[in-house]
Amino acid sequence: MTETLEKQHLAIETRDMHLFYGHFRAVKDVDLQVIPQKITAIIGPSGCGKSTVLRSFNRMNDFVPSFHMEGEVLFHGQNIYATDVDPVMVRQRIGMVFQKPNPFPKSIYDNVAWGARINGFKENMDDLVEQTLRQAALWDEVKDDLRKSGLSLSGGQQQRLCIARALAVKPEIILMDEPCSALDPIATLKIEDLMRELSEQYTIIIVTHNMQQAARASDHTAFFTMDEDRAGIMVEYGETNQIFTNPRDKRTEDYITGRFG
Amino acid sequence: MSGYFSTPKSNLAMRHRVGGVWKAIFFLSTAIGLLALAVLVITILDDVFGLVAVVDKVDRTTLADRPLEDLEKDELLAILDKKVSVNRLRTIQRNGGFTLDEIPAGEVYELVIAEVVKPTVEESYPLFDSLFKRAEIEAEVAQKHPDATIYFYSWLNQRFLTNSMSTTPQLAGVRTALFGSLWIIVITVAFAFPIGVGAAIYLEEYASRSWVNRVIQTNIDNLAGVPSIVYGILGLAIFVRTLSALTSGKAFGVEGVETGRTVLAAGLTMGLLVLPILIINAQEAVRAVPNSLRQASYGLGATQWQTIWHHVLPSAFPGILTGTILAVSRAIGETAPLILVGASSLINKDPQGIFSYFTALPIQIYNWTSRPQAEFRNIAAAAIIVLLVVLLSLNAVAILTRNRLTRRAP
Ligand SMILES: Nc1ncnc2c1ncn2[C@@H]1O[C@H](COP(=O)(O)OP(=O)(O)OP(=O)(O)O)[C@@H](O)[C@H]1O
Ligand SMILES: [Mg+2]
Repeated sequence: MTETLEKQHLAIETRDMHLFYGHFRAVKDVDLQVIPQKITAIIGPSGCGKSTVLRSFNRMNDFVPSFHMEGEVLFHGQNIYATDVDPVMVRQRIGMVFQKPNPFPKSIYDNVAWGARINGFKENMDDLVEQTLRQAALWDEVKDDLRKSGLSLSGGQQQRLCIARALAVKPEIILMDEPCSALDPIATLKIEDLMRELSEQYTIIIVTHNMQQAARASDHTAFFTMDEDRAGIMVEYGETNQIFTNPRDKRTEDYITGRFG
Repeated sequence: MSGYFSTPKSNLAMRHRVGGVWKAIFFLSTAIGLLALAVLVITILDDVFGLVAVVDKVDRTTLADRPLEDLEKDELLAILDKKVSVNRLRTIQRNGGFTLDEIPAGEVYELVIAEVVKPTVEESYPLFDSLFKRAEIEAEVAQKHPDATIYFYSWLNQRFLTNSMSTTPQLAGVRTALFGSLWIIVITVAFAFPIGVGAAIYLEEYASRSWVNRVIQTNIDNLAGVPSIVYGILGLAIFVRTLSALTSGKAFGVEGVETGRTVLAAGLTMGLLVLPILIINAQEAVRAVPNSLRQASYGLGATQWQTIWHHVLPSAFPGILTGTILAVSRAIGETAPLILVGASSLINKDPQGIFSYFTALPIQIYNWTSRPQAEFRNIAAAAIIVLLVVLLSLNAVAILTRNRLTRRAP
C-alpha cells in the first residue's frame, strides 16, 4: 500500500520516530504514513503508547517536561519538531478531541466560537457556530438555547460539542483519543457516523480500545504492542479490512481475536 | 438467624461504643470553640451597653421652665447667647462650617447640651449588671452621686461613628480611625493583589521545577508564618525611612507631610505582610484548575497567555478571591506593624489621600483599652464592634461576588 503513495499526498508521516519520557523509551521506531481524508485507527493493548503517539502529532506532549523525541513527524513535508516551527500553529492545523469530554465552563456558543476567535476569525461568527454545530450533528439538540452552559449537556452531547469546537478552528487533521470511551453505545454510533461524514473533508486519526469500532469506522488500522522492554512498537499497518480479516503478523491476529496476553 | 452480614454481637456493640466516643470528642471540640466565641461576644456586648450615671454640670431646670427638648429654636439660641462666650460661639461656627441661624433646632439643642449642660458620665455599668442588679446600682448611685440621673446608654451610637478622636470618652469617636483602616485596606489590596496573583501565575504556570524555584517556594511558605512585628520593622526601614521621599509625597511635590509615617507606608507594609498569604492561596486556586481545561485550550491552538487569561484565571478567580478575603481579614486586625510604621492615636484629622498621617481601628482600640478610666473601656468595646462589622461586611461582599462567579461558571 505505502509504495503507491507519494509523499505530498500524506497527511502525516513519521520517520524513525522514537518517543521518550525521561530515560524511558515509550515508543520505538515508528514509520507511519497517514492517508488524507481517511480515518486511521490506532489499536493496541493498554500502555503500548497509543496516546503518546497521537499527542506527538500535534505536539501536545510538549507539556510533559520529561518528554523528548527522536526522528521526524512530517506534515506537508515539514518536520513539525523543527526548531523554527511554532507548536501553536501546529495545533491550529491539527486539532484534538480528548478521551473525557472537556467543554469550557462557558456557553455552548462561546465553546465553539472561542477557538475561532483567538485564531483571528473575522467573518460572521453566528454562521460559523451554526455550521460547525450542524457538522457535529449537535445543532438540532442545542439550537434553542446556545447560551446554556456547555457543561449542562449530556456526556455524548458534550463530546460532540468538543468536536464542533475543534472543527471551528478549521484544522486539516483531527486527532481523537478514545473519544467514545465515556459514552453509551447509541452516542458512540452517533460519533462514528459523524466521523464518517467528517472524513470527506478532514483527516481523522482515532485511538480506540473498541475492536468493533476500529473495524466499523476506520479505513486504515495501525496495530501497536509492547516489546520486551515495554517500549511501544508498531507491528502492522494496513487497510482495516486486511488487518481484521487477514493479519500478516501473529501478534495482530492474537490481539484482534482476543487471545492477547 | 446467622445471615451473610452477621458479625458477633459483642463486636458490633464495641464498634458502636468506640464510634460514639469519637463522635462525642469531635462534638466537644466544636462546642469549646463555639463557647469561646460566645464568651467573647458577650464580653464585648457587656461593655458596649449598660446603665450610666450622668451628672449635669448645669442644672437643666435652671435654664428653662420646660424640658429643654420642647424649646423652640430661638429660646435655645437665647440660652446659648446667655451662657456661652461670644468667642466660643464664633469658634464653634468656624470649626463646624455653619452659622447658628441656618442649622435646625435639633442641632442647636445638641449644642446647648454640649456647651452649657455639659453632662459627664460619673459611673458606667456593664450590661448584665444593669439588667439584673438595677436596684443595687440605683442605691449605689443615690449614695455616691445624689444629683445624678441614671439611664440606659449605648456607647455605640451615631455620634461615636461620626466624631473623631477626643480626650472625653463620651465625645470620642472612630471616624478618623475608620477612614484610616479603609485607606490601609485599599492600598494593601491594590498593592498585594496584582503582585500576589502574578507571582502565583508565574510559579504555577511558567516556573520550571528547578532548585531556584523550589527555594523561592519554600521561602514564600515560610514568610507566611513570620510574626507581623517583623514586617513592621521591615516597613519602618523600607517605606518610612529609606523611601520617605516617596511615602511622604515629597517626590511628587506634596507639601505638609514631613516624614514617611503615612497611610501609604502603612498600606504597603500591610501589603508585604499579606503577600505570602495571597500568593499561597492564589497558587492553590490556580493548581486546582483541571488540566483538561488547559489541554482543551492548547488543543485549539491557543497560546500559553491566552490559556491563562481566558481559562485558568477565570476558573481560579473564586479561589483567589477567598485568599484575598483571608488577607484583608488579617490586614484589618493587625496592630503591631502599624505601631511601628507610626500610626498615631492622637490624630483627629481624616486622611485626605495616600500621603496623610493616620490612625487605624486596632490602634484606637489598643490605645483606649490601655487608659485607666472605665468609660474608655466602653468605647474600646464599641470600636471593636465597628471593626468586626467592617470586617464582616468586606467578607460578605467578597463571598457574594465569589458565589455569583461560581454560579455563572460551574
Ligand atoms: N506523562 C507521562 N510521563 C511519564 N510516562 C508516561 C506519561 N504518559 C504516559 N507515560 C508512559 O508511556 C507509556 C505509554 O503510555 P500511553 O498513555 O501512551 O499508553 P496508551 O497506549 O494510550 O494506553 P491506554 O490504552 O491505557 O490509554 C506508558 O508506559 C506510560 O506509563
Ligand atoms: Mg491512552
